[in-house]
Amino acid sequence: MSANGRRPRTLFEKVWDKHVVRAPSNGAPTVLYIDLHLVHEVTSPQAFTTLRERGLKVRRPERTLATMDHSTPTTPRNELGIIPVPDAMAAAQLDVMRRNCEDFGIPLYELGNDKQGIVHVIGPEQGLTQPGMTIVCGDSHTSTHGAFGALAFGIGTSEVGHVLATQTLLQDRPGSMAVRVEGRLQPGVTAKDIILAVIAEIGIGGGTGHVIEYTGEAIRSLGMEGRMTVCNMSIEGGARAGMVAPDDTTIDYISGRPCAPQGEEWDQAVANWRQLPGDEGATWDREVVLDAAELTPMITYGTNPGMGMRITERVPDPDSLGDPAAKLALDKALTYMGLQPGQSLLGKAVDVVFVGSCTNSRISDLREAARIVRGRKVADSVRMMVVPGSQPVKRQAEAEGLDEVFRAAGAEWREAGCSMCIAMNGDQLQPGQYAVSTSNRNFEGRQGKGGRSFLASPLTAAASAIHGAITDVRTLQTELA
Amino acid sequence: MEPVIPFTGQIVAMPINDIDTDQIIPARFLKTTDSAGLGKNLFADWRYEADGTPKADFVLNQPQHAKATVLVAGDNFGCGSSREHAPWALKGSGFRAVVSTSFADIFRNNALQNGLLPLQVDEETQQQLISLAQEDASTTLRVDLEQQTLTLPDGREVTFPIDGFARHCLLNGIDQLGYLQSLEDEILAWEESHPARVNTLATA
Ligand code: SF4
Repeated sequence: MSANGRRPRTLFEKVWDKHVVRAPSNGAPTVLYIDLHLVHEVTSPQAFTTLRERGLKVRRPERTLATMDHSTPTTPRNELGIIPVPDAMAAAQLDVMRRNCEDFGIPLYELGNDKQGIVHVIGPEQGLTQPGMTIVCGDSHTSTHGAFGALAFGIGTSEVGHVLATQTLLQDRPGSMAVRVEGRLQPGVTAKDIILAVIAEIGIGGGTGHVIEYTGEAIRSLGMEGRMTVCNMSIEGGARAGMVAPDDTTIDYISGRPCAPQGEEWDQAVANWRQLPGDEGATWDREVVLDAAELTPMITYGTNPGMGMRITERVPDPDSLGDPAAKLALDKALTYMGLQPGQSLLGKAVDVVFVGSCTNSRISDLREAARIVRGRKVADSVRMMVVPGSQPVKRQAEAEGLDEVFRAAGAEWREAGCSMCIAMNGDQLQPGQYAVSTSNRNFEGRQGKGGRSFLASPLTAAASAIHGAITDVRTLQTELA
Repeated sequence: MEPVIPFTGQIVAMPINDIDTDQIIPARFLKTTDSAGLGKNLFADWRYEADGTPKADFVLNQPQHAKATVLVAGDNFGCGSSREHAPWALKGSGFRAVVSTSFADIFRNNALQNGLLPLQVDEETQQQLISLAQEDASTTLRVDLEQQTLTLPDGREVTFPIDGFARHCLLNGIDQLGYLQSLEDEILAWEESHPARVNTLATA
């Protein structure tokens, strides 16, 4: 018991408790209020259909924001400043989004809008994502927003309909898990490497049924964008959500953003946010500890994000695995990837380098990639695509001249969107191609049918683009920290 | 939604762990605005050659499994993307249940919203069902949601856990939205005591 007689609570418990509209009753799970609902074109159409069929309205359009990101082209604008959508099905889906937003009164950042971007980039960017909120989206990487100490998780389309109509969700209370990353990162090792190491450690189902809270000096030392990278991939460890307790870094980041509270409201909000970190003595159901000082750049070798290793390690041997199902999975993965057990990935030639996605497309990610690329040339054999996460990120990068750095090196500088992370918009790998990608999923075909992805940090991706092969960024003659 | 009643269905095995929703239905098929018609794209990249002809060695293409309604999978089924297109595609190809030792959280929720039963069993039962399906394609399993039991061909009964409220909804053919709508007063009361801090209308 803490001093005020209450059981000490974690960050997650505080946010959860505050949003309970109705505790479990009559056999039904908790009814949870949702503060902010983000919507995109791919997972929402059928939910709006349900609303229409039942004659329902969107209960809180002012707590709802839609964007276009998944199926949108990232090709240059035409002379009218418009980004054409040649794919008829994608164009039809975008039209449906536009009409749904009009009919139901939902604000929309549409393609070409100066705030448009990937759904998990725009929320934080506009200051809509704030500590202590509940945030959902029909998208598993909604966990990204947990970096602010929000409880943020992905839902399916039926649940999108529930939130549109009632602003609530039925939810079983998840378990809690702490991932503590002690110590300091070495130069060349980033937030992306932390989360790839965490997932390699716990496995892709390791967090199932749990909300992860990331703690420890290495997490505290990350900026907000690094924390977003970490929380973003919580789902790749199976977790429902990832969270980081808000602190000065969080508050500084939100301050002055378009939708941040102002004046007296700001002071009040900050005072509330300061109460959110877990109480002394609060405990989690599980705890995992990593030492940041021992981490190195990471890379995946297989077909799920848990199949990751230090970039200097060798591809594991299926025969070394005891569990027959795990052996089969690794066998299958290595066959798909065209890799041999015991092989080093360093020096492995790649065809494409993709810098982008809701994991690594923010300004700090682009700055890191640009730092490596500056004054160098992308290898002739490599197509390097740089896809900013949003229009504001794109403008910021251009203001800093990063677009010129990328272009001068021979990389493509594109419009904002999900792009080759999900390969729905024409940006895709060809069968058999290898890519180093800063995105979050290396599933078979994720970046294009038959394409083979190595997930890594923007630093590793950029270094690999220069050499035309997987490269340990620490071996380049560039100041890394 | 139709109430879920007890049924007996043929089983088919895909003993692969961590089958993600990108495999269940690849992203390029998500440009639809409908939930119907996705069955033909189920496991598309595993099921079809580049020219669209079915791969003869893929289990779901084998004629003896054509009538299967229960998919027996490896561990951690449905991980990855939140796309509800995954259960839509499974249902669209005639599946009524998936058996695994564990399901990814979002997939489980999505399946339950659509009357596709995520049947969680222990490893022994999973392995037994996989062997049975591989030995004899006509092997059936009886699924009783009300009793929460599976009856194996040898008469052995195993129970499966399921969220009580989801079970109630499925047995009665009702969906969760109606329940949430009935809580209007409580939702309003919560809103009144927790004023909104953001207004998205001010941003667009
Ligand atoms: S960038 Fe990739 S993971 Fe992120 S929202 Fe878009 S498709 Fe999903």
